Amino acid sequence: MSAEYVLMKGNEAIAEAALRAGCRFYAGYPITPQSEILEYMSVNMEKRGGVFIQGENEIASMSMLFGAAACGARCMSSSSGPGFDLKQEEISYLSAAGIPAVIVNAMRYGLGDGEITAGQDSYWVSTRGGGHGDKRILVLAPASVQECADLTYEAFDLAEKYRNVVEILSDGAICQMIEKCYLPEPHEHDMDKFDWTLTGKPRDARKNKAYNLSYYMGYEAYDKYMREKIEAMFENEQRWESFMVEDAELVLVAYGISSRVCRSAVRQARKEGMKLGLIRPITVWPYPRKAFKDVPESVKGYVTVEMSITSQMGEDILLATEFKKPLYGCLTSKELPTVEGIIDRCRDILAGKIKPMEVL
Amino acid sequence: MADIIMAGFGGQGVLTAGKILIDIAAREGKNVSWTSSYGAEMRGGTASCSVVISDEEIGSPYPTKLDILLAFNEPSYDKFIGDMRDGGTVIVNTSLISRDSWPENVNVYGVDATDRANAVGNGRAANIVMLGAMAQATGILDVDTFSAGLNAYFDHKGRNTPKNEECYRIGANELKKL
Repeated sequence: MSAEYVLMKGNEAIAEAALRAGCRFYAGYPITPQSEILEYMSVNMEKRGGVFIQGENEIASMSMLFGAAACGARCMSSSSGPGFDLKQEEISYLSAAGIPAVIVNAMRYGLGDGEITAGQDSYWVSTRGGGHGDKRILVLAPASVQECADLTYEAFDLAEKYRNVVEILSDGAICQMIEKCYLPEPHEHDMDKFDWTLTGKPRDARKNKAYNLSYYMGYEAYDKYMREKIEAMFENEQRWESFMVEDAELVLVAYGISSRVCRSAVRQARKEGMKLGLIRPITVWPYPRKAFKDVPESVKGYVTVEMSITSQMGEDILLATEFKKPLYGCLTSKELPTVEGIIDRCRDILAGKIKPMEVL
Repeated sequence: MADIIMAGFGGQGVLTAGKILIDIAAREGKNVSWTSSYGAEMRGGTASCSVVISDEEIGSPYPTKLDILLAFNEPSYDKFIGDMRDGGTVIVNTSLISRDSWPENVNVYGVDATDRANAVGNGRAANIVMLGAMAQATGILDVDTFSAGLNAYFDHKGRNTPKNEECYRIGANELKKL
């Protein structure tokens, strides 16, 4: 990691970290709030000897990415909201063929066109989505510009380790904010190092194909391979940060921008005598169920803090807590949560004025 | 250490003022964050940015209570004055904002940022006049350190002019307690 910091936006940190990880192919289409990723790639990709393409749309961009990734190149695309929807089909195809790639989803708020400002209501499409068929996408949720860089840099290793799609799930706040960032060291990727990539057709070449693994593995072997891969990711890749949970009465659960506000809320609440804690998932798939194992008996319940109308993360919390403690919501839809709003909500919960969520 | 909002209309250099401030504060070893309100705005629409400067790790980058407000125009003053912490500092651009009285719970300073920047032929540098006034009024960073950082920022951009520092000094020297 470099000794000097750079002041940059989350989007720029993602793009620069990808280049430093050896990403040499980017295709995408502009949409707020992630367009700085394209912009950065358009300026810097060719300088590193790579290929930048602004596709005619998201689907074409992803198809181009499929081709480059099938040849072993480190590839990235990015989008938001309706643009990210358009990438679902190709995520399924990448998953079917076991082709690694890194896709960024910078969440904007709302259905349809929605808003161009921050939201967290694309949790389901990210953690459950990826198009049709059985698969799991590794989903990393940065909560700072530094994490935008660190997680993106590592995402390429994870993608290749599991031959899986890895998603960076940021939001319109984290990707647009400027903070200090210490960038990782540049790394050159050897796209010919794998035994599964397409190499062209010289006489003695491997005859690899980039289509459903199940077609040539056979379904029995393929099912076992997928099952074991998903279990390995679930077991090995859960990441989280616990903050002041040891003696908490109520534990906030939040990722991304909401988790930043929650950290401030925990500190402020403790000054006012209210013992809040925070569990911040860094992976949202696999969901960090292990984080909830060490929570003390003193905890009266969990409060999920999300920028959504429904609690999209709530199901994962209930599974992680095995329904043993009540789950409350602090759901702010298109508005950013505030320290005061979170503390007021928790005060009402502890006073018994708020019921646990039945419908998430 | 300080939760700050700078607000005005598009074109006044509000967002850049925030970027200059975090650049200088970061050089001084502070933790910083910068976030902007963005939306479907047009030229002349509202623009604001939040800046947090801290010796500690920064939690929320969106402060809801403010230590410092730089109000570049009337609507911005009206929108954010109620969010000030007691004892906080407000810098108002008196070229565009006037009041018969100012709130008692905060320290209000005024400077004719727009008029004075225009007068020295650097009309786009009203933001730098405001920063000079802020540095002087708050002592958040030493006035000369701030000045050196300002020059470093524009030198790095490759488009510095002595008029930037001139505007900064005007802000630092001409602010008035209101």
